Amino acid sequence: MLEAYAYPITGGLLIGISATLMMLLNGRIAGVSGIFWGAITEHRNSFWRIAFIIGLPLGAYWFHLFSGALIPVSDGSVVQAILGGLLVGFGVKLGSGCTSGHGVCGIARLSVRSLVATVIFMLAGIVTVTIVRHFL
Amino acid sequence: MKAISIKILSALLSGIFFGAGLAASGMTSTHKVLGFLDIFGQWQADLLFVMVSALLVTIVSFRFVLGRKKPLFDSNFHLPTNASIDFRLISGAVIFGLGWGIYGYCPGPAIAALSYFQVDTLVFITAMIVGMALSSFYMKFSSK
Repeated sequence: MLEAYAYPITGGLLIGISATLMMLLNGRIAGVSGIFWGAITEHRNSFWRIAFIIGLPLGAYWFHLFSGALIPVSDGSVVQAILGGLLVGFGVKLGSGCTSGHGVCGIARLSVRSLVATVIFMLAGIVTVTIVRHFL
Repeated sequence: MKAISIKILSALLSGIFFGAGLAASGMTSTHKVLGFLDIFGQWQADLLFVMVSALLVTIVSFRFVLGRKKPLFDSNFHLPTNASIDFRLISGAVIFGLGWGIYGYCPGPAIAALSYFQVDTLVFITAMIVGMALSSFYMKFSSK
């Protein structure tokens, strides 16, 4: 029972440490969507963004290498990947943040705006999965 | 130059921790994410602990970090100033949640999952960039 939660808790702690490092060292929010978009569109002093983005697959790679945990295979179709990707991209840009920026950093800054965004995208995700899995 | 490279190294370190955390937590598994969002089906609650434990760290650490005059390697904190709960925030969050529930990736896990070398991940990220560009275009030409 405890073992089933050991990985999620360890993962959450690592994410919390990462966001702390970003704020303490560079004074930035570790918000993936904002940093990712900035890495693509901003070309002045943007190397830190590219470094953070490269760190994501690198960290994931090393986790699987050292833990021996199986690599998850996504079970959605290509159509779902395209539709999901388009909506996620459009939504995070419009709502200025995703699970990391609003959910982990924003709430920690006690931002009501981020709390509202987090509650809404969680609810929207729940409603979507419920409709897709149980009503379609 | 020195100040710039230490900022880049700090960001890389933060990214590595973040990516390892996403992989360890199960957030890079679309199966687990969709199972977590499926509260009216066979709910898999484990991912709740990801956000709770991440927040336990940041809520405490941010109090100390943001109490400082400045971060270690920059002259000031770069914090969002927009606090308004407006139509863009709400509709953006709804659209994001919709896409999240369709495939099971949010931006961080999708990028971390690039290390798995699966074609669908690339498809998702390409579509995500197109979505961001469309959104940016839309925001330029629509009034608030």
